[in-house]
Amino acid sequence: MTFARQAATVLAAVAAGTLLAACEPPPVYSVQRGYRGTGMAQVYRPATLVAAAAINTPPPAATPASPDGPRASQVFQNVKVLGDLSAGEFTQIMVDMTAWVSPEQGCTYCHVAANFADDSLYTKVVSRRMLQMTQYINADWKQHVAQTGVTCYTCHRGNNVPVNIWFRSAEASQTPGMLGNKAGQNSPAIQVGLSSLPNDPFSTTLLGGEEIRVISQTALPDGSKPSLIMATEHTYGLMMHMSTSLGVNCTYCHNTRSFASWELSTPQRATAYYGIRMTRDLNSNYLGSLAGIFPANRLGPTGDVPKLNCATCHQGAYKPLYGADIVTGHPGMRAGVKTAAAAADTPAGPAPSAAPEPPAPGPAGMAPIPAAPAAPASAART
Amino acid sequence: MALEYQNLFTTVQATTSHEVNVSIGRDGRERTLGTTHSNLLGMIGDAQLGPIYLGFFGVASLLCGFICIEIIGLNMLASVNWDPVQFIRQLPWLALEPPPPKYGLSIPPLNEGGWWRIAGFFLTASVLFWWVRMYRRAKALGMGTHVAWAFAAAIWLMLVLGFIRPVLMGNFAEAVPFGIFPHLDWTAAFSIRYGNLFYNPFHMLSIVFLYGATLLFAMHGATILAVSRFGGEREIEQIVDRGTASERAALFWRWTMGFNATMESIHRWAWWFAVLCPLCGGIGILLTGTVVDNWYLWAVKHHVAPMYPAVFPLVADPSLLQGVKP
Repeated sequence: MTFARQAATVLAAVAAGTLLAACEPPPVYSVQRGYRGTGMAQVYRPATLVAAAAINTPPPAATPASPDGPRASQVFQNVKVLGDLSAGEFTQIMVDMTAWVSPEQGCTYCHVAANFADDSLYTKVVSRRMLQMTQYINADWKQHVAQTGVTCYTCHRGNNVPVNIWFRSAEASQTPGMLGNKAGQNSPAIQVGLSSLPNDPFSTTLLGGEEIRVISQTALPDGSKPSLIMATEHTYGLMMHMSTSLGVNCTYCHNTRSFASWELSTPQRATAYYGIRMTRDLNSNYLGSLAGIFPANRLGPTGDVPKLNCATCHQGAYKPLYGADIVTGHPGMRAGVKTAAAAADTPAGPAPSAAPEPPAPGPAGMAPIPAAPAAPASAART
Repeated sequence: MALEYQNLFTTVQATTSHEVNVSIGRDGRERTLGTTHSNLLGMIGDAQLGPIYLGFFGVASLLCGFICIEIIGLNMLASVNWDPVQFIRQLPWLALEPPPPKYGLSIPPLNEGGWWRIAGFFLTASVLFWWVRMYRRAKALGMGTHVAWAFAAAIWLMLVLGFIRPVLMGNFAEAVPFGIFPHLDWTAAFSIRYGNLFYNPFHMLSIVFLYGATLLFAMHGATILAVSRFGGEREIEQIVDRGTASERAALFWRWTMGFNATMESIHRWAWWFAVLCPLCGGIGILLTGTVVDNWYLWAVKHHVAPMYPAVFPLVADPSLLQGVKP
């Protein structure tokens, strides 16, 4: 009896310890931002915020260069994208790019030391394309990046290759044998928040244009929406990725009463909508155009080019670098419209459209610090 | 004195020869062979272990169940390249998936849902054999068949999820994978695809009966334990010969809520609540996708879902705006 009781106590303690081991330690703060009782809340852990804040620190402010003087295209040879900048601005952006992308290797990561105009290093060709991409984003994707914009640093953060990129999974392209077909899921995959959801939700949604909207628009079946649980799991996996990448809950954009309903959604959902389209555009027309230029060691297991997803820029923050203005002072990042149009090899992206601005931002963006309550909560209480 | 009755375990065990129980007019050996006593088991139930009756249906059920578990387990093991360490580490994530949508109701290749269908067949055979066994054993003892019918309610839900609804939808891809996390992800995806299952009235009823059953179980268990010092655990005798335990328990509930079940009716309550949980759940699943495609919109249409004041500025669907990028 005594032994059994002791054994039971020890077993219970071990079981409790095992169960609790996977839990995140408190404190956890919940901030209401929708109408009361609807579960529209954001959940914050200070430890997670501190970790995200550490990697979302803006780079040191740029030293302004004079826009006057001769143009870069007149001073330097083989300047295809930034030729309209002054030579001073051009030199400054080159120095900044070195700090943002190749702080250890320096100029020669992209340039041949003997002749900086030489295009023989693949890194230089890629850099030029990425400069065009940055200008294109800042000019044509304001629905997603607004006036804040992006620079090389938004993704690179001092790394040659951004930390968060994706490739097609090798597993998906294998022909199944006799047993053990995982069907592209059922592994603790980091890109879908360690769930067992499909571990490559990107190929179909952020490169291909598979329909992300899987929920029926009618109360009763009318045959308009094929009922595919598997497609829903792709969407679910993508949403897990978005939530993890931005450090937010589902309820940052959606009301869980109805994920599909736009009238119940927050303004941030529209921003995210454009983000998905922007990512598709960039993956197809910019990263995709670099196939054949990247060397084999930069390609994925199936030989595809590295591609972007939400985490590439966001890196755990609801806005990359918490929305810090890092574009001002770097004219090369913003000069997009003029110079990109002048460049002969501008990609065949969607034509600039008269797209209306997305709806005005909500009464308050999500506060990065939990102590600051979101404004809609107080509005809801009145 | 009071503490003596506040125990999780049975405190007094009778050590005796095995119980012969009632005669069913047949060979009595089946109730005396292969029995033993276990002190540990005696703490949570009767100390006597055995005899177990297998029979044809028991053996068939175990065999089919074994084949099913083998198919699922070996597929899981193969999916981690036969690495036993990874099998244990990744077990909660592993699964045997139903066929992809392109195969519909036709017979898929073995490794694209074929194994899933074979495993499903043997699992179904196993539970049906087990059901027959429960029914026949109850009959053999002259009992009612309540246990078998309660089990049938659970089998109904299982067959709706894995067979009846997929057949009605015309696609086995609609069915549930065999796996721990994967079946939970399936559940979440199912609810999302069909516009939030919480607005499905049969899901609501199922939850009522689920929580109701646990509440009734707790109330009844607590009542009987509370009067065990007066012999309250001899419930069946007290149905016909109400003793002081029953009187006290009944008066307790009259005092606290004005109404009380009887020693018999409480078990009817419990049985119906428990049985109605999977019964309603199965109906709710069966209606989903077949006759209702979006439960939230259905609930709005029928004034089930309340509207709340708008907090955020109205958001328009960007895909409906003019000139928006694709």
